[in-house]
Amino acid sequence: MDISDLARLSSVKKDYLLKLAKEGKRCDGRKFDEYRDIKIESNILKNAEGSARVKIGNTMVIAGIKLEIGEPYADSPDKGALSTSAELPPLASPEFEPGPPTPEAIELARVVDRGIRESEYIEMEKLCITPGEKVWIVFIDLHIIDYDGNLFDTCLLAASAALQNAVIPNARFGLGENAPLPVRSPPVSCTFVKFDNAIVVDPCADEEEVADARFTVAIDENGDIRAMQKGLSGRFTIEEIKNNIKRAQFHASNIRKLLGEKK
Amino acid sequence: MIRKIVLPGSLVGDKSKLPGKGTFREGENIYSSRLGILEEKGKYVNVIPLSGVYIPNVGDTIIGVVEEVYRNGWIIDIKSPYSAFLSIENSPWEMGYGETSKYLKEKDIIIGIISNIDEAKNIDVSMKDKQCRKIEDGIVIDIQPSKVPRVIGKKGSMLSTIKRYTGCWIFVGQNGRIWLKGEDEKVNLAVEAIKKIEKEAHTFGLTERIIKMLGG
Amino acid sequence: MKDGLRIDGRKPDELRKIKIEAGVLYRADGSCYIEWGGNKILAAVYGPREALPRHIQNPTKALVNARYNMASFSVEERKKPGPDRRSTEISKVISEAFESVIFTELFPRTTIDICIEVLDAEAGTRCAGITAAAVALADAGIPMRDIPVACAAGKVEGVVVLDLTSDEDKEGEADLPVAIAPRTEEILLMQMDGHLTYKEFEEALELAIKGCREVAKLQKEALLRKYSKEVE
Repeated sequence: MDISDLARLSSVKKDYLLKLAKEGKRCDGRKFDEYRDIKIESNILKNAEGSARVKIGNTMVIAGIKLEIGEPYADSPDKGALSTSAELPPLASPEFEPGPPTPEAIELARVVDRGIRESEYIEMEKLCITPGEKVWIVFIDLHIIDYDGNLFDTCLLAASAALQNAVIPNARFGLGENAPLPVRSPPVSCTFVKFDNAIVVDPCADEEEVADARFTVAIDENGDIRAMQKGLSGRFTIEEIKNNIKRAQFHASNIRKLLGEKK
Repeated sequence: MIRKIVLPGSLVGDKSKLPGKGTFREGENIYSSRLGILEEKGKYVNVIPLSGVYIPNVGDTIIGVVEEVYRNGWIIDIKSPYSAFLSIENSPWEMGYGETSKYLKEKDIIIGIISNIDEAKNIDVSMKDKQCRKIEDGIVIDIQPSKVPRVIGKKGSMLSTIKRYTGCWIFVGQNGRIWLKGEDEKVNLAVEAIKKIEKEAHTFGLTERIIKMLGG
Repeated sequence: MKDGLRIDGRKPDELRKIKIEAGVLYRADGSCYIEWGGNKILAAVYGPREALPRHIQNPTKALVNARYNMASFSVEERKKPGPDRRSTEISKVISEAFESVIFTELFPRTTIDICIEVLDAEAGTRCAGITAAAVALADAGIPMRDIPVACAAGKVEGVVVLDLTSDEDKEGEADLPVAIAPRTEEILLMQMDGHLTYKEFEEALELAIKGCREVAKLQKEALLRKYSKEVE
């Protein structure tokens, strides 16, 4: 390694990360295809109907589930409704500013929503109270607490964990006793970023900063694809996408084991 | 010797003492304004901060990164809430107005000295000292500014120790940036030692542990 | 109230259970997590950092900018995300509480940003938020004259009590949150709603300050716990 080629300041990130990537290395010592440590804790809040705190590396997200009674969508009068939102408060990063949701926050919420909705994780047919009039609306609120990359996977995992042990608050609305929210098997997503020709899974904040392109795919318990999102303005080849999906199937099945069984 | 941690508002001295760094006088008493370690030097009571941003002082040598190039100078990021300005007059080069980009471009790294700070904390940097230069090789790493004194050590002892065992050239900026040059493996070892000092800065027996880690 | 004990079994001058942890976040310059009764609140501090856009800068001192925010899921009936009028007012009085304690003159043209996120709410969130923010400021190395602390007192069924729960707040006759600089016991924040005679106010204030003293001990312990791991 020729010192004069070596990147200068550690904050001149792109050169430094590209240099490491050429040697198959990442800035935190991980392999390209390696996730950081994942920690999941559920039922951590009292007022929420369901909750979970998930950490992937230093990134931390708290998902809260609230249920309210409202009107169903016109095209599905006997099914519950789902609404997902993400807050990126200034607490989580020096780069987050207060204000209405940015396009990034909206994209994040919609991709997580798609993962939950398309995997049919929540048994929406069981959330009908009076067809055409009253159904349960499930609100997933993702609250980013500490940002160090890969909000997509952290948020979907937090939402899945929070829903897994959530409760229908019948008592509060005079509809009898509380009951568990009926759910099937949770979706798990994997996110990759590409810089130069290196593709790495579970990007940290530095890697996201220099990334040209990003790819997230949500996988169900059978290894089938339920949602995908390519992000940022760079490009992927077809081979790269196919390979990402295969790696995602592998990672998703391992991460799903961390969610464990419904209690 | 017990190293006492004090908190903002902790009583650290009475009228017989003088308020030093990280302290303030209220009435007859002296209180700490920082979370840090109490140090008494003669009549002065100081608090060595355990955290916090770099606050520049005139005379500090710093490692800065060029943020913007103007026709009459450069804006330098000195890892502080305040950017600093390096004017053509304070640079080591002779040049005409508008020729600044020939000498320093955005993202170039320099060693400079804080030459002036006014009341509004507008900061001037100068490169007229002989240790000042543009950094063209080696690597530069970041540590917390509050740990710089420990990396240097009493009378430079810790820094000498690292240099001795790794044979590296090491320059420590007061603002928490460090420039290293040497053989790859030795540079990596030096960086590991510095990161360890950053983590364990105020523990006892650190010097021995660092020497052991460096192979002594 | 029964036999001189409140619904949750506490005496009139007893605090709820409090847990404080300093330095819990990776990105923030300073941070603190607090559990106070059923409240779960995170505070983070960034700064001092350059105040932008330039026109908001104060050339003689730092701007202290606190933002109090409740997560949608922090309350029984879901709250729409984003600031409402209540959060805006609380943010303002909290910023003002810290301004006189921080040595703002040392950092002209900068801002010190204090972020308070309420994850689970159970009455007394602004007091718990201030208490956590003060620890986060010390953790971030911001120079201060003291570590502010806050606690509320109120009146329930005609009795002046310390540290109201949600029910006591809803059903009670008065709520008095107070923040002080504990060394001098000067008032940094005080608000009141309800009905108190002058004598009841004196009692309530004394109780609130007594509560503040106890909580101040916990703040200091939390900071010493974190930092004594780095120092022997």
